[in-house]
Amino acid sequence: MRYSALKILTEALTGNKGWQPVWREPEPKPAYDVIVIGGGGHGLATAYYLAKEHGITNVAVLEKGWIGSGNVGRNTTIIRSNYLLPGNEPFYELSLKLWEGLEQDFNYNAMISQRGILNLFHSDPQRDAYVRRGNAMRMAGADAVLLDADGVRKMYPFLDFDNARFPIKGGLAQPRGGTVRHDAVAWGYARGADSRGVDIIQNCEVTGFSIENGVCKGVETSRGAIKANKVAVCVAGSSGRVMATAGMRLPIESHVLQAFVSEGLKPVVDGVVTFGAGHFYVSQSDKGGLVFGGDIDGYNSYAQRGNLPVVEDVCESAMAIMPTIGRARLLRMWGGVMDMSMDGSPFIDKTQTDGLYFNGGWCYGGFKATPASGFCYAHLLANDAPHPVATELRLDRFKRGHMIDEKGAGAQPNLH
Amino acid sequence: MDNSSQPQRLTGGMVDRKQALEFQFNGKSFTGHPGDTLASALLANGQRLVGRSFKYHRPRGIFTSGSEEPNALVQFRSGASHEPNTRATTTELYDGLTATSQNHRGSLNFDLMAVNDYISPMLSAGFYYKTFMWPKAFWEKVYEPIIRNAAGLGRLASEPDPDTYDKGFLHCDVLIIGGGPAGLSAALTAARSGARVILGDEDFEFGGRLLAETYEVDGKLGSEWVANAITELSAMDNVRIMRRTTIYGAYDHGIYGALERKTDHLASSGGKPRQVLWRIYSKRAILCAGSIERSIAFGNNDRPGVMLAGAVRSYVNRWAVTPGKKVAVFTNNDDGWRTAKDLADKGVDVTAIIDTRRDTSFEAPRDTKRVLGAHVVNTTGRLGLQSITLSDGQTILADCLAVSGGWNPNVHLTCHQRGRPVWSDTLAAFTPGSELPTGMIVAGAANGTLTLGQTLREAHEVAATVALDLGHIRSTGSPSTADDEPSAITAFWHVGESRNRAWVDLQNDVTTKDVKQSHQEGFRSVEHLKRYTTLGMATDQGKTANLLGLAIMAECTDQSIADTGTTIFRPPYTPVPIGALGGRARGKDFRPTRLTPSHEWAKAQGAIFIETGAWLRAQWFPKSGETHWRQSVDREVIQTRQSVGVCDVTTLGKIDVQGRDAAEFLNKIYANAFGKLQVGRVRYGLMLREDGIAMDDGTTARMSEHHFVMTTTTANAVPVFRHMEFCRQCLWPDLDVHLISTTEQWAQFAIAGPNSRKLLEHVVDDGVDLSNEAFPFMGCAEITVCGGVRARLFRISFSGELAFEIAVPARYGNSMMDVLMTAGKPYNVVPYGTEALGVMRIEKGHAAGNELSGQTTARDLGMGRMVSKKKDSIGSTLSERPELNRDDGYTLVGFVPVDRSKKLTSGAHFVAKNVAPTTANDQGYMTSVAFSPSLGHSIGLGFIERGADRTGDIVQAVNLLANEAVDVEVVSPHFYDPQGGRLRD
Amino acid sequence: MIINHPLLGPRDAAEFVYLGDAALLNRPDWQASDAAEQFYDYQYLRDNPAGDHRELWYHEQGDRSWLIVARNTLSHEITKVELARDVARARKQAHG
Repeated sequence: MRYSALKILTEALTGNKGWQPVWREPEPKPAYDVIVIGGGGHGLATAYYLAKEHGITNVAVLEKGWIGSGNVGRNTTIIRSNYLLPGNEPFYELSLKLWEGLEQDFNYNAMISQRGILNLFHSDPQRDAYVRRGNAMRMAGADAVLLDADGVRKMYPFLDFDNARFPIKGGLAQPRGGTVRHDAVAWGYARGADSRGVDIIQNCEVTGFSIENGVCKGVETSRGAIKANKVAVCVAGSSGRVMATAGMRLPIESHVLQAFVSEGLKPVVDGVVTFGAGHFYVSQSDKGGLVFGGDIDGYNSYAQRGNLPVVEDVCESAMAIMPTIGRARLLRMWGGVMDMSMDGSPFIDKTQTDGLYFNGGWCYGGFKATPASGFCYAHLLANDAPHPVATELRLDRFKRGHMIDEKGAGAQPNLH
Repeated sequence: MDNSSQPQRLTGGMVDRKQALEFQFNGKSFTGHPGDTLASALLANGQRLVGRSFKYHRPRGIFTSGSEEPNALVQFRSGASHEPNTRATTTELYDGLTATSQNHRGSLNFDLMAVNDYISPMLSAGFYYKTFMWPKAFWEKVYEPIIRNAAGLGRLASEPDPDTYDKGFLHCDVLIIGGGPAGLSAALTAARSGARVILGDEDFEFGGRLLAETYEVDGKLGSEWVANAITELSAMDNVRIMRRTTIYGAYDHGIYGALERKTDHLASSGGKPRQVLWRIYSKRAILCAGSIERSIAFGNNDRPGVMLAGAVRSYVNRWAVTPGKKVAVFTNNDDGWRTAKDLADKGVDVTAIIDTRRDTSFEAPRDTKRVLGAHVVNTTGRLGLQSITLSDGQTILADCLAVSGGWNPNVHLTCHQRGRPVWSDTLAAFTPGSELPTGMIVAGAANGTLTLGQTLREAHEVAATVALDLGHIRSTGSPSTADDEPSAITAFWHVGESRNRAWVDLQNDVTTKDVKQSHQEGFRSVEHLKRYTTLGMATDQGKTANLLGLAIMAECTDQSIADTGTTIFRPPYTPVPIGALGGRARGKDFRPTRLTPSHEWAKAQGAIFIETGAWLRAQWFPKSGETHWRQSVDREVIQTRQSVGVCDVTTLGKIDVQGRDAAEFLNKIYANAFGKLQVGRVRYGLMLREDGIAMDDGTTARMSEHHFVMTTTTANAVPVFRHMEFCRQCLWPDLDVHLISTTEQWAQFAIAGPNSRKLLEHVVDDGVDLSNEAFPFMGCAEITVCGGVRARLFRISFSGELAFEIAVPARYGNSMMDVLMTAGKPYNVVPYGTEALGVMRIEKGHAAGNELSGQTTARDLGMGRMVSKKKDSIGSTLSERPELNRDDGYTLVGFVPVDRSKKLTSGAHFVAKNVAPTTANDQGYMTSVAFSPSLGHSIGLGFIERGADRTGDIVQAVNLLANEAVDVEVVSPHFYDPQGGRLRD
Repeated sequence: MIINHPLLGPRDAAEFVYLGDAALLNRPDWQASDAAEQFYDYQYLRDNPAGDHRELWYHEQGDRSWLIVARNTLSHEITKVELARDVARARKQAHG
């Protein structure tokens, strides 16, 4: 079924009775060419691109709960490609380019909205670092604009310019950055994959791998064993747990990241703004809620909930940069479990076990990467070679000493 | 008192009729009384229409009497205090209160956006996911701005929030959440046992449902029993009573978040904190949060005048207001009948009571139609209810319909640590599950104990057990007693025969059709239902709506409600202002400010200050006539290099390292060797992280055999100290070494320049020999200055000049600056700030923060040979990994513009001449630049591939952000006095 | 969260700075033949359990003790708190 304004009109006139399920609910088959474990954004995108780009359609996506129940349904919806290092920037720029054509591609309005992202800076060294970054972005074909304080004031006059503890000196803007309706990404990819023949199987938990002589032959699930030529793990947040069943230790810790939304308000914040002297970033959803967040809680956790010190820290930063926000109310706070990697950058790679592939370590930046992650993972699965923009996202990079450490924080996941 | 102004005010209730309060709603003046909420006062004045719904802009009225309100959201106060989305049902009335309705274009009565209601079939669940995609460019430019402007509710003030907010911490044995019958019963019992008790309730009066009902407790009227209980509790030292306090979240280890509203009920905060955000540390918490009534979905069930039955009783009994002149009741449970009785007792005309059940024996009040086994299928009335139509076709006049779909135990806080509630068929509701937050126990209606007598008894028993558990053995007496009212229910969710739209979520305009369409399109999990239809995502988080929605989904999927499950309850229970969560940390008080010891002196000189981390440092010292910062900075550099300058360098981290194994310890911390450093000597040290990346650098002085004084960079003072404590305690616990940070204890000054020795000679006490022989470069000593003041002297140089750093106890810092400047007068001494400091270090090619970025190795910094291979130190093993030692790796070198008149830019990237600036062609980046007054042109430091071998190469430094490309020549990073002769003289 | 400091009693977790898995105490021998492999493993690979976890916390806003806290990563329940130094010493003794 193709979605369009006309379709909506005809359905409206006939009582909205003709809508079909966005994806089927098939029973698992005994065997697939590829099994993707994890029906989150990345898993569904992987299945979609396997089918669309590589013609591999005998694919199952196994999801232990409901699709989109991972971090794709629990994030602050920001897209951007403002990365510094050559191991990352081309990858994220590919992702942003894929976002730009995604809705027409999968015929689903995910409300991709390029209203811009602005990273504020408050000191000369921060400015220097952003100039370095902005140039790296431009060299990779991304867009970047350096603003001085007056330029920032023109965009966001309500920020605290006059009484700030850390005055705003300027900002690095990426006009093509923005936000996306996060759940719709999962649904759009699911719809696209399903319509190309991919089986999306919800409530199917993978409990183990069937590995014979160092070769992965399939998976054990709560709905029985399923064979596969290739098994693609894509379970950020649970990577440690799932890969432990395959006997792998990872350069990843699981941490909780909280995020927040306010009550609905008439438009105040147009794009995305990040504070450079504290932990706070904010955007406003199309429904009117201010969507904001800050730093991870900082301790290993699988609990999907955080604690008050971080909540207060984020709101302190909010008040510091945007003192008009005081009487807006925080409506809901939630926590997602992040695969925090040892250098803050992700992995899309084969494992030492033939037939077993790994995608994870997205830290708190996985949402924006969804299209490229799926695209490059599908490429790896189809060709057994990494996509050119994902050549550095390898598991062995720490052994080689090739860290992709944007922040320069070192091998401590909670600092990334 | 002229009651004609409040036509719907009844007799009795808990309002103070002696006093009249004037207030304005949408510019129109009304009167109410102390004890009123904005909602009760509006109803007393017959104002039923108070707002518009989110999507269809349907006229809406007050639906509840509490914080679960979905409809009656108003914009409260004005100017900078303007507050959106405030619930009229919890807003206390005060004299002069102003409020306006929100989310309409045009007046509240004639909202232009109500056109959405006419095209509602096109705006069904998820319609926006299926359109607005063509043409592509239209989304941001056309469709989305329309949607954004249409969405949202109230408007945020455009000025900074003028109020202050405080934060506080409280500790108790037992936290009791909710001050209704259960909470009061539990509080009395726990308090009598001697336990420290905190009792909090969101309302401004304790009593909960007892204020809304006509029940008796211990033979007294409920409200009287409440008053007695509060009197008893208030008199006890071990009890803290917190009204207007919402316990909004349950966090780990018995910590609860609470918001106390201090001045929201006053015309002005009068300079006092508006609200206080508390963190309550409890050993146990008894959740007595009561229950929340839910609705039934039937055609046009959203009109102003349709109200929950329990809320109708609240208005009638507590506030002495009838929400209508002709009231009908629609119920599926016994509770609804009580509404009819209470109304009739107050003389209100109850036109009909409709019970979905056939077999109930309750009697209707006289003159009230009793309709059993029937449903309300539709209603009429554009801006307010006029009549209802029943399933048997009869129409009944009513301007208020009291609906009771049953009561949901308020399990919200029981689920904050991801516990799930369990379904009870008897109650037709979810009750607390087994996985409660640690230390939490639930009592009363929140626990599914929906009748009063049982509630009082259960709360008493729970509190007595908790008290005993905590070791409080004092007798707690016997529980209060009351009758158990009838509370039977037969679940009934929606009227299937209604052909009109039937609302599930009033605020977000989710109808039964939306839930069914969600099912039809495969969004069948409760989380999909929520996310696809927006059910429960409004400001009320679906407190009165969610169960209705998932019950309908359960019907569609032919599953039980238990199997369908609920979405996750997340904090906060009710929304919390961001200002309150931010507290006092705003403006200049966002973070503490650290001042250098000579701050006052610098301020008096008119210094320009700069934030460096938490510190405020003098950036430069302008002289009269200087109009540009470069003039000041160039002068400071030149004068220092020509004669002498003084700079406060206290902010550099200082760590005292003492113990028999101090040298061995430093040998492990630093990549280079420290074991053989002589007493009285200083050495530059480079510290790596365990991953082999450069962490920090600085100098360490050996003051005596077992005593070292280390300096770190300003930025890394705290992390380096933490790292060293880790090494000391966790890696080498048997070494005899002790660490203490002394950054704050010693004021330290750099005295740099050819005349620095001469200057210092005026300051040091007799007998201190500063000659090159007695005190050579990289020497250190403990001395006295100014007639006996303890000091530490180091002959170290960041500037490249003959230089010293002198440290005195911090309390002498400001006077020391004065002393140095006075002593330096004959040499034309100049104070210099961080800018001149930075210029001189770039001229000397020293690495600083921009080079020690956490991404660079000793090798990159040109210090690869310093990493000793003969010993074990942090980072030495992993620094040998191949990719960190590539031949084409980065090296720190200097750059000068080929055209010396050009400026350089920090952050520019290097590409070969005549190639495109692309990632593939990227050879490195500029880290630090300065105009060198010593050389008369711009200079820069930066990392470039194979830098060590490239002296003389010309490359482009491109800054695409400014469309600049400057040809630069690779040079040695040591621009100034490369042999270092000046600092050794 | 509240950490029951062995010397100071219960303290809010906000006073502490978190580092990670207590296995960071087990720094390898730099002279081992496979030191590079061991250091890689030590520095980069984690068990990352969903359940009981022994981890390092530093009392930065307090007495500067490094603590080893046994905490469940699913429930956040803390079952044991020790001074890291005591544990490190015991470990050294056990390993000679």
